[in-house]
Amino acid sequence: MSVRVGAAAESPSFPMAAKAAMEDAQLRQNVRHATGVIRAKRALLVEEKADWQQLRTAASRIKEHTMRYLDRYLVQFEQSCVRAGGKVHWAEDADEANRIITGIIQSHGETEVIKVKTMTSDETQLNTALEAAGITPYETDLADLIVQLGSDHPSHIVVPALHKNRMQIRQIFLDKMHLETLGREPKDLAEAARRYLREKFLRVRVGISGANFAIAENGSVCIVESEGNARMCLTLPKVLISLIGIEKVIPRFRDLEVFLQILARSATGERMSPYSSIWSGVSANDGPSEFHVVLLDNGRTKVLADEAARQTLHCIRCGACLNICPVYRQTGGHAYGSIYSGPIGAILTPQLQSMRHSETLPFASSLCGACYEVCPVKINIPEVLVHLRAKVVEQGDSPIVEQLAMRAAAFALAGPRRLAAAQGFARIAQKPFLSEGVLKNLPGMLSGWSSVRDLMTVPEQSFREWWRDRK
Amino acid sequence: MKISLFITCYNDTLFPETGKAVVHVLERLGHSVEFRAEQTCCGQMHLNTGYRKEALPLMQRFLEVFDDAEVICSPSSSCVAMIREHYSILAEETGDPTLRDKVRNLLPRVFEFTELLVDRLGVTDTGAFYPHKVTYHPSCHSMRTLGLGDKPIRLLKEVRGLRYIELPGADECCGFGGTFSIKNPDVSAAMLADKMQAVAATGAEVCAACDNSCLMHIYGGLHRQRQPVRVAHLAEILASEERR
Repeated sequence: MSVRVGAAAESPSFPMAAKAAMEDAQLRQNVRHATGVIRAKRALLVEEKADWQQLRTAASRIKEHTMRYLDRYLVQFEQSCVRAGGKVHWAEDADEANRIITGIIQSHGETEVIKVKTMTSDETQLNTALEAAGITPYETDLADLIVQLGSDHPSHIVVPALHKNRMQIRQIFLDKMHLETLGREPKDLAEAARRYLREKFLRVRVGISGANFAIAENGSVCIVESEGNARMCLTLPKVLISLIGIEKVIPRFRDLEVFLQILARSATGERMSPYSSIWSGVSANDGPSEFHVVLLDNGRTKVLADEAARQTLHCIRCGACLNICPVYRQTGGHAYGSIYSGPIGAILTPQLQSMRHSETLPFASSLCGACYEVCPVKINIPEVLVHLRAKVVEQGDSPIVEQLAMRAAAFALAGPRRLAAAQGFARIAQKPFLSEGVLKNLPGMLSGWSSVRDLMTVPEQSFREWWRDRK
Repeated sequence: MKISLFITCYNDTLFPETGKAVVHVLERLGHSVEFRAEQTCCGQMHLNTGYRKEALPLMQRFLEVFDDAEVICSPSSSCVAMIREHYSILAEETGDPTLRDKVRNLLPRVFEFTELLVDRLGVTDTGAFYPHKVTYHPSCHSMRTLGLGDKPIRLLKEVRGLRYIELPGADECCGFGGTFSIKNPDVSAAMLADKMQAVAATGAEVCAACDNSCLMHIYGGLHRQRQPVRVAHLAEILASEERR
């Protein structure tokens, strides 16, 4: 098996990558601005829903139920999809999914594909596999197009080019679309992209998509989007291939009622997404004549098996947790080393890889809880983070100095006499670092802390000593 | 009412004034306070950093020490949050039904300081006098996990002489996060910079909170930058009186 999440296994640790990312002032300004805009829009639209908390609860329960019976719903989805004229393939890992998709394209003798925005294909590194097989993929989501043309990586689940501002995007278009002139207004950029993409929509005969939801009872697949470019990819090509993570299945068509109300509000701060495409199999003389679904595991069943962390799979990829996260807002998405960034990435990426890579990600959070508060399907991200931190420690991947410090602290806290002794020791040990009434230039693990912060001193009398003497 | 104080290990060690202030306020309100010297730590640091095994005996000690306490009060939101959010889960993991029952029995008796005052004792005017401009940073645990809401602010607004100034972007984390600030010092520092800017913008003389850990962090940054703003646990403000 080769489970992978993009290039996450080769990425530097979060603290290192974050430090580098934060040196880019332009990036930080772009991220701060964009997340601020989306947050404000979301807050307004959530405010107007009197039943928001009930919707969250309903969504959470539907997902919980689906995960409990995922085996059944997947088989039901397969049967329904086949009945509607689709073909269903099962992929255990990234390579198998890429092989299946490449095989389908080659069986039609095609060398180009148009793609709907799909994070799952970034997870399997499908574009790399396609290019290796001589197939050219064209991203058609505007932000994905910017990322692809700029030889860049997505930095946000919903808004992959969130780290780029308008002028940077203009430059990419000028360079890569070989334009002589290009205006500076959003409509000018949109027009350039439109001209560039239209030609591909009309020419290329294979489309590739992901899915927001796959409905077990009737085999329908649902994609929501803002631009209409996905609709083009879903309807114009002869062959359509949808790569779908197995956690995207929901039981019934009517469950969409809940999810479509929470998804757009949480993701883009809209009441509904401008385009909601729902299709079932194939229809004669309407849309693609061949429809394939590739159901992808790639580590998901392992996540499912861990009861305490299973809720990770409830994610509907709205990105609300990224926009609200104070860590993400400082670093942007690239620091997470994975296409899944922000709080959800911090729990999803390491789990998909069986906790063997990305071990610093569960620690990339101050556990402030803002992500849990906004999550429309109520994933208790802080709780899962703490659960995963324990796994990292259990498998011996935490720094040795930290292990020693934690054991020493546990020893000191095991009783009041030991604690009093440790307090006495701290008063003496702090002396070399004492300066202007505070502690400065602390050593080792604490050096990062004291580079920009002073630390209060340990006072001469502890509370317990005061209490004892008071009587 | 007999109130048993869970002072917490870092308040005991680093912020004894906060503990003294809690004792002072509760006694002024006519309650008797006890401090059980066998107490140490709730286990939060170990649990949050992934050292679950080390956190368990600390929870067991806590359960033993406060087994028969009528009301337990702690001037630390994050420690109360630890107890409320994680003790049940930790107990469940051991598969020991006695431990589970002990936790179930404990939880309704544990109060964060402002919860105790407002919800259990029904007090918002503690008789305090504090002639300063004060802003309040609602720590993440006090705001999101405990849902303290406006309780701390209602308490502050009853303090004579105190001018309360709202903190812009109050719901943003200060970047402390316990060992987060050690493992990710740069991101933590960037978050702190935003918080310090917000605190300075209020023009307040004092920044208050219900968590000394966040205050230690905010103070650490402010002091390094030689900003004149002081920090104070809410209990210390409520403990101060007019000198006659």
